[in-house]
Amino acid sequence: MRQIKCDVVVVGAGPAGSMTAKWAAKNGVDVVLIEKRQEIGAPVRCGEGISKAWLDEVGIEVDPKWIARDIKGAKFVSPTGFTYFVDEKNAGNEVGWVVDRVFFDKALAKDAAKAGAKIMLKTAATGLIWKDGKVAGVKAVSHGEEIEILADAVVGADGYESQIGRWAGIDTSLKPNDILTCYQYRLTNIKYDCDYCEFVLGSAAPGGYVWVFPKTEDTANVGLGILTPLIKNLGDPKMYLDKFIAETPGLKDGQPLECVAGAVSVCAPLDSVCIDHVILVGDAARQIDPITGGGISNSCIAGMFAGKALAKAKETGDYTMNTFQEYEDNWRDRLENKLWRNWMAKEKLVTLDDATLDSLVKTISEVGVEKLSVRNLLAIVKEKHPDLVKEFEDLI
Amino acid sequence: MIVHIEKCHKCGACVGSCPQNAIYLNDVMLEFNENCNRCGRCVKICPVGALEMEGKE
Ligand SMILES: Cc1cc2nc3c(=O)[nH]c(=O)nc-3n(C[C@H](O)[C@H](O)[C@H](O)COP(=O)(O)OP(=O)(O)OC[C@H]3O[C@@H](n4cnc5c(N)ncnc54)[C@H](O)[C@@H]3O)c2cc1C
Ligand code: SF4
Ligand code: SF4
Repeated sequence: MRQIKCDVVVVGAGPAGSMTAKWAAKNGVDVVLIEKRQEIGAPVRCGEGISKAWLDEVGIEVDPKWIARDIKGAKFVSPTGFTYFVDEKNAGNEVGWVVDRVFFDKALAKDAAKAGAKIMLKTAATGLIWKDGKVAGVKAVSHGEEIEILADAVVGADGYESQIGRWAGIDTSLKPNDILTCYQYRLTNIKYDCDYCEFVLGSAAPGGYVWVFPKTEDTANVGLGILTPLIKNLGDPKMYLDKFIAETPGLKDGQPLECVAGAVSVCAPLDSVCIDHVILVGDAARQIDPITGGGISNSCIAGMFAGKALAKAKETGDYTMNTFQEYEDNWRDRLENKLWRNWMAKEKLVTLDDATLDSLVKTISEVGVEKLSVRNLLAIVKEKHPDLVKEFEDLI
Repeated sequence: MIVHIEKCHKCGACVGSCPQNAIYLNDVMLEFNENCNRCGRCVKICPVGALEMEGKE
């Protein structure tokens, strides 16, 4: 069997994998980045909304090629249609761009390649290689050929469906209440407010929300997520979305250009996302924001920390927790508090009925927020509806 | 497990949600292995209803 040797094999060339590969390779690590699909970034499985604030931090250069639309603000719609607009001035970093993931993911992979990472497409990891009780690489099928990739560390950047973690014995399992199951169309021929990202709360998407993220003047990503325990019939997400579109005046004549299924985790931070010789990053590490379901930024931030820790491991020759603890510490310092707070807020939010959501949106629009962030929204809720946040008010 | 492959979007939602890690997905197919304990979670989670449990309503 053909064998490939490298320092680090990264499984999955989404944002998490490419960022990890880039930050490791640019610091001298010999990286092989494998991706089971035949094209990086496609098919798109994402609403493509990102904020702008974090791109500098992780060293991503903005390229107009991957920007589909510059967003002026966000629009929150309550179950009875009560609408709250947040515009650029007070939106802070929560709105930004709707991107094109086909180009965005490729741009990140290009950066990884430029830094020295080798990329293998149509190469799926099928299992781990163990030596003396330690992970020593991955088994893979590459263009139909069974191969072994021997490495000092394996990075699981294999997204929601991640298996690397589970193969390695890291507990990444999710409770039904922490899984949103999603469906989305790229919908064209629609009439809508193409400057705002729209979020529709309430029973249109039980336990989640409907999103309308503008791509162009007549085309948007229109999708929704439903919390698993609230699914009643098989295929509910698609059914609810079809219903929402049929009942929404500007959307009902829309026609689909793409359809997307998927799931996102909306869980509390995991206890541990690495062991000796294995690191999980991005959706594989369940680092998605539990309120927004957004995971692109967190994947990139965590990927940068993972890449840096791998560079340190290369330096010391120690690919165990001695070195990887730095990755755990760094991503937790940066993201963990927010993930906890937003998870608790989500746990509460999913229990609210349409009437309460209506009054929440109303309250927020009356008071207004200085800068839009989950934290600031919660601060208002704390003042006006203290009962809703009392279990986690110290985190606000 | 009955897979209605013509409905399936190969999205991996079922794979990531299976507590037994009993599902394998690649470009062309979805496979269930013997670790499946028929908990039904994947059936519920599939956004398009492409899975059906044999012998269950
Ligand atoms: C419907 C939907 C809408 C979303 N909308 C947004 C949004 O608007 N904004 C936002 O920020 N986030 C959004 N997200 C979340 C976002 O898509 C993810 O957080 C992000 O893609 C995570 O990046 P990643 O690199 O961790 O994983 P992914 O982007 O999923 O990349 C994982 C890669 O690993 C590959 N892979 C998997 N298994 C293997 C294997 N065995 N061998 C080789 N390769 C493998 C996959 O093919 C894939 O390319 C959405 C998610 C869904 C499902
Ligand atoms: S029924 Fe349960 S154990 Fe079986 S494949 Fe589905 S989720 Fe996994
Ligand atoms: S969740 Fe449904 S659509 Fe997605 S891969 Fe599994 S069976 Fe296919």
